[in-house]
Amino acid sequence: MEEKPKSALKTFLIELLVYAALVFFYVLLVIRLLGNWLYGLFEHSKIHYAIAALLLIVGQGIALEMLTTLLLKLVRLRTH
Amino acid sequence: MDFLISHTHISPFYLITAGFLIGILGGFFGVGGSFIAGPALFAVGVPMNFVVGTDLAHIVGKSIVAAKKHRALGNVDLKLGFIMVTGTIAGVEVGAQGIERLKHLGQASVDKVVGITFVIVLVSISGFVAWESWQTLKMQRKRGGKPKKSSSRNAADKGDESAFAHIAKRIHSIKIPPMIKLRASGIKEISLWAILAVSFVGGIFSGFLGGGAGYIRMPSMVYLLGVPTHVAVGTDLFEVVISASYGTFSHALKGNVDIMIALVMHTGAAIGAQLGAASTQYFHGPKIRLAFVPLPLIGAAIVIYGLLSGKNMK
Repeated sequence: MEEKPKSALKTFLIELLVYAALVFFYVLLVIRLLGNWLYGLFEHSKIHYAIAALLLIVGQGIALEMLTTLLLKLVRLRTH
Repeated sequence: MDFLISHTHISPFYLITAGFLIGILGGFFGVGGSFIAGPALFAVGVPMNFVVGTDLAHIVGKSIVAAKKHRALGNVDLKLGFIMVTGTIAGVEVGAQGIERLKHLGQASVDKVVGITFVIVLVSISGFVAWESWQTLKMQRKRGGKPKKSSSRNAADKGDESAFAHIAKRIHSIKIPPMIKLRASGIKEISLWAILAVSFVGGIFSGFLGGGAGYIRMPSMVYLLGVPTHVAVGTDLFEVVISASYGTFSHALKGNVDIMIALVMHTGAAIGAQLGAASTQYFHGPKIRLAFVPLPLIGAAIVIYGLLSGKNMK
């Protein structure tokens, strides 16, 4: 009975580590590169900024959901 | 890390960690987590009008993850969600216009009025939910009946009940046409106007205080509309995706969104939301609501600190 929670915790910790590494590089590279471009949009055209903001957060939401689901599947396959 | 749009300097680790914790809470309680996210941003020096808009943007990304998870668990009433969106969007616009009016009086007025309103709302909700959940658990104990385990895929049958069921029944008996049936929520008949009124009020709070206002809408769905807690959690998240998207766009046009902060915060929230949503299967209604109680109080404490000290917590 105790094996199940242990393996679930192990799965989660592995997923968390892989995810943390990916997010670290994502924040460093992608978001830093976007910073100046978004600031330019914010200063010059609010309508374009609003569209870009919404597309970026929805896109990131869908992409990260797919990434976490994929990671969970991969980690589960390996632990089983 | 510098955030040029809101002219703030915040550690990305702070934002990711805050996002992760907010994600867990949001996924579990079906709220956007703005009662924690808002104060967490305010505490590190983000101006209140940016707190309101940025929080909404972060909630869009996070709620997509949690709503999808809840839909898979059978906790989303799509019909109710789509109806609520209409009332919420109208309310969000009214709330956002309120912020615009306050901006004319100066940033200090926005911070003070929004901050004080936030504290009053959070403390009231926390007190009410604590009292109601306690009454329900006492009622269950008196009867000697144990609540059913929430293993069923039918959300309306997950051992949920409320000491305030009579209020919902009274609202169900208001016969103002059109009357509709909500099968997924187990509601035989309810006036469309009752749903629109609840969502409109939630929308005003969302537009004025930021976030998805799930802290108002989730308890309102349970106590006023009589929706089972699990369905209220899932449907609220689904509705938040649509209404917060509209709110983000509206606030971004008004220059109240720092999307960079929202993107960084959301990276932590994405994984937290999955965890939180998966955890709801192991608890029944009154216990979920009772566990919800300290959260608005934490948010209120952070806002009070920010208002009293007049400086950030960095």
